[in-house]
Amino acid sequence: MDYIAGILVIVGGFFALVASLGLIRLPDLYSRTHAASKAGTVGSGLMMIALAVTASDTGTAIRALAGVLFFILTAPIAAHLLARAAYKVGYKLWDGSVADEMAQSKQTDQ
Amino acid sequence: MSGEIFLDWCITIAMIFLIISFFVTTYRVIIGPTLPDRIIALDMLVGIAIGFIAVIGLKTGYYLYVDIAIALGLVGFLATVALARFVLERGISASDAASQDKNKKGDV
Repeated sequence: MDYIAGILVIVGGFFALVASLGLIRLPDLYSRTHAASKAGTVGSGLMMIALAVTASDTGTAIRALAGVLFFILTAPIAAHLLARAAYKVGYKLWDGSVADEMAQSKQTDQ
Repeated sequence: MSGEIFLDWCITIAMIFLIISFFVTTYRVIIGPTLPDRIIALDMLVGIAIGFIAVIGLKTGYYLYVDIAIALGLVGFLATVALARFVLERGISASDAASQDKNKKGDV
């Protein structure tokens, strides 16, 4: 069990590192949202699963897994709300972006 | 190598990863350049704090902090939702619009 937990913890830390590098390196808000919400959730989720694996009693393990489930449910909602709000009030995409599928829906709304 | 020594090393390495990502994300909070960038970085900071709690729980055996991690996740989610609503209500600020145009010129 210790080996499984160790590998999960390292992989989770690696995901958190990749998420923060994406946050600092990617060019605009929308691609940063993509890095932080997906890789960041997987990073902290894997570390919570590692804690659940090594926990001695069932209650702690179930609480940790319930926490992981909760993060997986809420992270996309938060990221979607933020990106949608930013798009609606007019924060621009990066110039190198190749697709803007919401531009059309915005025009049809008006 | 026994399991406990292996786990100890893994915890140290994961801790180093977490510290680096914590500082990098804090740098993004400081430099911005716009408000939504800062909000998404703060959301990420909550995730990193949960990771810290999990790793410290593994290291010391204080499983009590798992409840705090769940509460922190809830607070982080609600804060992000509230700030997203704030962005929607406020619209784009003048300084954000200015920094956006500056970035555009820099990229081209």
